Amino acid sequence: MLEIIFVSTLNGVLYGMLLFLMASGLTVIFSMMGVLNLAHASFYMLGAFFGFEISRRLGFWPALVLAPVVVGLIGMAVERYGLRRVHRHGHVAELLFTFGLTFVIKEVVEMIWGKLPVDYRVPSGLDFAAFTLFSGNYPAFKLFGLLISVGIFIGLLMAVRHTRVGLIVQAALSHPGMVGMLGHNVDRIFMLVFGVGVGLAAVAGVIAGPILVTQSNMAGLLGPILFVVVVVGGLGSLGGALAASLLIGLVQTFAVAFNVSLADLFGGTAAGAILSVWLADIWRVTVAQIAPILPYLLLVMILIFRPRGLMGTRDT
Amino acid sequence: MRTLIGSSALTLALLGATALSALAQDTLKIGYVDPLSGGGASIGQIGMNQLNFIADEINAKGGVNGRKVEIVGYDNQTNPQISLVQVQKAIDEGIQVIVQGNGSSVAVAVSDFVTKYNDRNPGANVVHLNYAAIDPVLTNEKCSYWHFTWDASADIKMEALTNFIKEKEDLKKVYLIAQDYSFGHAVAGAAKRMLTEKRPDVEIVGEEYHPLVKITDFSPYVAKIQASGADTIITGNWGQDLALLIKAAGQAGLDVDWYTFYAGGAGAPTAIKQAGLENRVYQINEGINNQGYGPAEERAGALMQRFSDAPIYYPRMFNMMDMVFKAMVEAGSEDPGDFVPKLEGMKLDSFAAGDEGFMRADDHQFFQPLYISTLGALEEGQKFDEEHTGWGWKMAASVPTESTLLPTKCDMKRP
Repeated sequence: MLEIIFVSTLNGVLYGMLLFLMASGLTVIFSMMGVLNLAHASFYMLGAFFGFEISRRLGFWPALVLAPVVVGLIGMAVERYGLRRVHRHGHVAELLFTFGLTFVIKEVVEMIWGKLPVDYRVPSGLDFAAFTLFSGNYPAFKLFGLLISVGIFIGLLMAVRHTRVGLIVQAALSHPGMVGMLGHNVDRIFMLVFGVGVGLAAVAGVIAGPILVTQSNMAGLLGPILFVVVVVGGLGSLGGALAASLLIGLVQTFAVAFNVSLADLFGGTAAGAILSVWLADIWRVTVAQIAPILPYLLLVMILIFRPRGLMGTRDT
Repeated sequence: MRTLIGSSALTLALLGATALSALAQDTLKIGYVDPLSGGGASIGQIGMNQLNFIADEINAKGGVNGRKVEIVGYDNQTNPQISLVQVQKAIDEGIQVIVQGNGSSVAVAVSDFVTKYNDRNPGANVVHLNYAAIDPVLTNEKCSYWHFTWDASADIKMEALTNFIKEKEDLKKVYLIAQDYSFGHAVAGAAKRMLTEKRPDVEIVGEEYHPLVKITDFSPYVAKIQASGADTIITGNWGQDLALLIKAAGQAGLDVDWYTFYAGGAGAPTAIKQAGLENRVYQINEGINNQGYGPAEERAGALMQRFSDAPIYYPRMFNMMDMVFKAMVEAGSEDPGDFVPKLEGMKLDSFAAGDEGFMRADDHQFFQPLYISTLGALEEGQKFDEEHTGWGWKMAASVPTESTLLPTKCDMKRP
């Protein structure tokens, strides 16, 4: 029991931190520009594929740096020459633009790398067990991924709190109109934020690629959950995004670990006999079986009871 | 001038269109309704590659009854509803032969749809060729005259696999993990039933159902398996659900033996190599590349030369198309109404090793020799590795056709 709790916690935190790497960019872009970047997960996928391609040629360490930079530059170009033009036509146009972009990126990836998973491996320098606990190993690469994402979170927090750009970004989060009025080059900040945001998603891709699978549908698998993180965490709050990412990571991991069903909870009691008739369809369904839908349940609950999210600072 | 250009362009376009449709009239179109996007795409694409390869083979020999074969792909996203739309679309385009395999839930829907369509439209004669969906209901309660299956049903495979497993004396604790849909439940149910019967001393320490092609990180499941103390996993998982599961298990150093149906492709061999599970992963299927059978090696070699990243995942697809083309030639017609009777009871020297299999007329199930194999470093005389891993499949046991025969509850309605 202790073993499963410990391993689940580690796995949950790692998954949560990967989510955070992506959600942090998404939430900042969403709060500042009002654009729900539907293609965010596609940049994560690009990060994984670039990471694969570069690490095959130059090694993993250059890939960890280069892939996010390249993806960040692509992101900036997309913002500068795509999103900014579309911006004039309102939010629906922007939404459609990023929606279309997901298909474009997916098709391009399929044209270049195909639909089958590519053989993206854990770098040999990190391919060992970090520690052995009870009967299982915990891979060093996962621990490394955890450290990188924690490091990035701290760096990001520092940048937002203590630099001039960070100041403006923070201001733009809560009062986007006012910042523009004060004469800052909001366009350039947007471009920068967009680039950094998708670059962070690419870091997540480079790390997640070897752990999970690198194939053309990986964006589709993670995309929906990102929006859950952003909504649950609340607009304009990096802390909220972190809390929501960890919450969702842990909820999903722990839910899988337990086989509790309504029958276990209420079986044998008088009320249980009645409930088992009324709830026959879900009576024996275990928490483990519904684990993947729990985040969405959380999303619905949050939207009903606290629409601004866990730590949101504004409603729209 | 402008009108001249305009009208000649129009004429040319019209000419081109008629030429194209004339060409289309000549080809024998076969509809491939399987996932070409989404979580199932990795295996759907392998099937498409193989089918195209087989079509090119027959076309190089002059086609079927003088007609060229053309494969038309319809993406069903592993979704039964979308599949029906796609099947309807294929029928509207004049296609009578539907090839579909991935997902038993999809196959049941397609088989139902095709059967009803034929009932309502006498003479439509659409046939469903199934190369991979193996939920036993397809050849029992829900069997149909218009449905043929070339893969051994889940019950047949599990029967053979448990016969193999029951000899393993160090096996004590089994964990069942399956995709949460009809097929996954059929596999886990059969495993439980047969194991308790054949090895009452073996304990089933876990039974897990997870959503189909939606999980990216299996490490929570692996942690649970680890905590259960299992020494063996039995799973019917396919595609990314198997590759990701093995990958997560490898990272956690999970020390168990694996008994699988579908470890042959879509990243699974890569994951097995990465996890260092040499000769620990067993699969049961109708053939592997390293069986030393000349004709198979020739065709497998040619296919892998063309699609080097995608190994032969479906040897049965060769059995299927070889038989269908043979039936068409024997009937002298490509209309399923004419060639379906020829398929019933047809015998075939199977693709992988040339041993004889046959299509049972009672339930349209193809019975064939099955092989249990493990993946490990290539040995002397083994030619084929999988997914460039340097590891190849090696025979562990073979099950002759007559030991795979199971009774059927099928009550077939014939037109």
